[in-house]
Amino acid sequence: MKLTRRDFLKISGAATAGLALSGMGLDLSTVEAYSWQLRTKDAKETTTICCYCSVGCGIICHTDKKTGQVIYTEGDADHPINSGSLCAKGASSYQIAQNEKRLTKVLYRAPNSSKWEAKPWDWALKEIAKRVKKTRDATFTLKNQKGQVVNRCDGIASVGSAAMDNEECWIYQAMLRALGIVYIEHQARI
Amino acid sequence: MTNHWIDFANSDCILIMGSNPAENHPISFRWIMKAKDKGGVVIHVDPRYTRTSTKADIYAPLRSGTDIPFLGAMIKYIIENNKYFNEYVVNYTNASFIVGEKYDFKDGLFSGFNAEKRAYDASTWAFEMDEKGVPKKDPTLQHPRCVFQLLKKHYSRYDLDTVSSITGTPKEDMLKVFEAYSTTGARDKAGTILYAMGWTQHTVGVQNIRAMTIIQLLLGNMGIPGGGVNAMRGESNVQGSTDQGLLYHILPGYLPTPSASLAKLEEYNKKFTPVTKEPLSANWWQNRPKYVVSFLKAMYGDAAKPENEFGYGWLPRLEDGKSYSWLDLFDAMYRKELKGFFSWGMNPACSGANSNKTRAAMANLEWLVVVNLFDNETASFWKGPGMQPKQIKTEVFFLPCCAFLEKEGSISNSGRWTQWRYKAQEPLGQSLPDGDIIYELFNEIRALYKKDKAGKFPDPILNLKWDYAEGKHFNPHLVAKAINGYWTRDVTIKDKTYKKGELVSAFALLQDDGSTSSGNWLYCQSYNQDGNNMARRDKTDETGLGLYPKWSWAWPVNRRIIYNRASLDLTGKPWDPKRPVLEFVGDVADGKYTSIKWKGDVPDGPWYPLKNPDGTAREDGRLPFIMKVDGIASIFGPGLKDGPFPEHYEPIECPVEKNPLSPRLTNPVVPEYTTEKDVIKTCDPRFPFVGTTYRVTEHWQTGVLTRWLPWLIEAEPQVFVEMSEELAKLRGFANGEKVIVESPRGSLEAVAIVTKRFRPFKVLGQEVHQVGLPWHFGWVWPPEGGESANLLTPSTGDPNTRIPESKAFMVNVRKKG
Repeated sequence: MKLTRRDFLKISGAATAGLALSGMGLDLSTVEAYSWQLRTKDAKETTTICCYCSVGCGIICHTDKKTGQVIYTEGDADHPINSGSLCAKGASSYQIAQNEKRLTKVLYRAPNSSKWEAKPWDWALKEIAKRVKKTRDATFTLKNQKGQVVNRCDGIASVGSAAMDNEECWIYQAMLRALGIVYIEHQARI
Repeated sequence: MTNHWIDFANSDCILIMGSNPAENHPISFRWIMKAKDKGGVVIHVDPRYTRTSTKADIYAPLRSGTDIPFLGAMIKYIIENNKYFNEYVVNYTNASFIVGEKYDFKDGLFSGFNAEKRAYDASTWAFEMDEKGVPKKDPTLQHPRCVFQLLKKHYSRYDLDTVSSITGTPKEDMLKVFEAYSTTGARDKAGTILYAMGWTQHTVGVQNIRAMTIIQLLLGNMGIPGGGVNAMRGESNVQGSTDQGLLYHILPGYLPTPSASLAKLEEYNKKFTPVTKEPLSANWWQNRPKYVVSFLKAMYGDAAKPENEFGYGWLPRLEDGKSYSWLDLFDAMYRKELKGFFSWGMNPACSGANSNKTRAAMANLEWLVVVNLFDNETASFWKGPGMQPKQIKTEVFFLPCCAFLEKEGSISNSGRWTQWRYKAQEPLGQSLPDGDIIYELFNEIRALYKKDKAGKFPDPILNLKWDYAEGKHFNPHLVAKAINGYWTRDVTIKDKTYKKGELVSAFALLQDDGSTSSGNWLYCQSYNQDGNNMARRDKTDETGLGLYPKWSWAWPVNRRIIYNRASLDLTGKPWDPKRPVLEFVGDVADGKYTSIKWKGDVPDGPWYPLKNPDGTAREDGRLPFIMKVDGIASIFGPGLKDGPFPEHYEPIECPVEKNPLSPRLTNPVVPEYTTEKDVIKTCDPRFPFVGTTYRVTEHWQTGVLTRWLPWLIEAEPQVFVEMSEELAKLRGFANGEKVIVESPRGSLEAVAIVTKRFRPFKVLGQEVHQVGLPWHFGWVWPPEGGESANLLTPSTGDPNTRIPESKAFMVNVRKKG
């Protein structure tokens, strides 16, 4: 069996803790079992990369197999860039996974309204699609003032996003360009 | 970055300027410290003494916006003290090229300036060509019009006294930096530069980086381990999102966006495919037509055919000469030219310069779609400070996207490592991955165009290849493969047959006849017959230089140090044998190379070296800077809007009335915006202090994520304005007192933090104070967190990139009430 550094740390950590304390003549088997349970029981490890700065540190997410929820995140000790260390932001990743302040429903604010209303996804995507089509059809420029073909939608703009994965960025640019949008910008410009 | 994070450890001298990695890229600092542990020198040049400064061997203070004088003086020092790497400079840069007689520089202006258009005619900066169309050269570097002599002349004005009076840096500190850094001009020494937004967010942003590039070329620091020009980017995938073309001026893979004058694909290819008469230049961009056609095949699939120019006509065209950048976008929105707006994974109400203009502009929209995890100042702009919801007609849709650990896909770090992430939990509540939202939204839009035959120009919508779902869900693997690219029919090349539907192994095989598709040629090889290379986790490191070539995948073609053939002498042997990132090890017979074999990193091109071991020149060798038309790196750069050499101009808002280096105070070709919100005040006694913005470790960007995380908001709960003890005394502020910071464009309340980290600068005989604010806050959350520092920053920017000048502007700080 090939041991990764992470595996080694786990084993050596458990072994040294056990040795050090049992040397004091105490029966720690219950405590040991309990702490072991807290950390890893029912947790599935998944690797990811931090979502903040561009260093690209590895993070391990521990997911409770019963609830499917991330219960803990830590630096990936096998990752060559961070070798398990994380900054304050990366170390707080768990709080993005479990955060009651996250908005998890579609919200809509009607013209001149003072409040948000919760809406279903299906309704929102259909309504946005209608607005995109209406605006695109109303502001589409087939030819410019010089008579050159431009095939461009002048009335819609987009910003974002460096927070998306490459695959999402690619299909997003594909959609925007299919619509004829040219005001396409994001974090890289600022 | 030309290099990558771990490579910092290979450096003998790390210059950190325009950045603060200890606080903003904290984990990168372990590699900086490893370099230091091995005897490397760490230098920090910054207006503020930060945590990065505390670990530096040399710290030099510098007033915001005066990097070019500092670097110009270093160029002068390197030349006059003969510290440059002559063999590298002569062979691998354009230092020996002869510039045409029309070139001139006088009174702060380069030749070809048109005052009415506020633009240069760059044709006056062209090289002199020989009868074959190759630039004339003087390898002795003595010709009075050769680039080296023009460089020497240009920076002869940048003497220590003058420069110190501009930057506020004590002369002895400057000299310490120059002495330490210029030692890397030795062939076995490596120096690197780590910069970030402290260089880009200026009206001379590109030229800041150009100035350092010149230094790196003079010292032979490009292409080598521990060297390079390294931008530490601010977002986990801002490298990738740029690579994938989410900017108005580029399609994926840095293919320019077509403009109105380029009606045909043939005209596009003619304009953007460089031609060289230099026989030793690889001129890699000559392959551009293959990448364009492969991109169009990825976009439109079978609908892209030779007879319709592969769908080239379906791409929208820019107006020639018009900018659609961030500042222009919000200017157009403010002037009511835009009706609909997507703010996807961004918070422009706080993130862009002159946020009051941005916020006012959004009230002119008919509809706004915001995609994010948390409420933010953009989504809720209509109920923000000073807004009357009843009078704002903008419809707003907030779509909840899920967090990064709730989906699968790849991101590219600053070192171009593209790493795969996995899903660790189901999206919270009804939130969805961005990919699903985009995928479903376009399905809805397409359905409307299928139904309504009268819809405008439906062709690109109906023909877009859009088969990236498995079952009901968006599948990132399908897109990753499309980005890599496929063979679209059976093709035989040199006895090898590639089958229709196979993934293309690498971009050298991409074709311009429609037989290949590739959504982004730079990512061709990321997901091929070997599988998902971005997901690799093998830590083999044969060079011992931390390249980890089997860990994830890096563009281009898994090359870990770009331009790595410049780390070799003309015979293909490393300048520094102790640190070989690459070496030519082909067979030799009678003093001549007889076979091609490379060892180390993926070479920047497979060709023979320029010379044989016996010193004879080879015609089949290629120069190392393969993306440059002439095969060499540009010390003289005729391609920019504001001149071929960096020249000092003050920030658009500055504390001085004169520029001792020339009669020109500010960049003559800076973009100007003219709405009532675009107020600029320079040398106005009402705004006497230099202002700048920065970040703290515990927050990220506008704080759109981090302000909601309990640990982080507890650590950094509110906006502050950091200032010197001298300024606090001058204005009677106590540490911790709430004060008002105001610029000509906006104001906010902030906690005064009085520190020794800022010190007054001595500039042109006067004391100049600088203050700084983090830009992570906004009115939505937390309740007492305060507002965005971008209410203060000006809507102007670099003439080349149009990145706003957020790092140097003028403010006042006064008592509250």
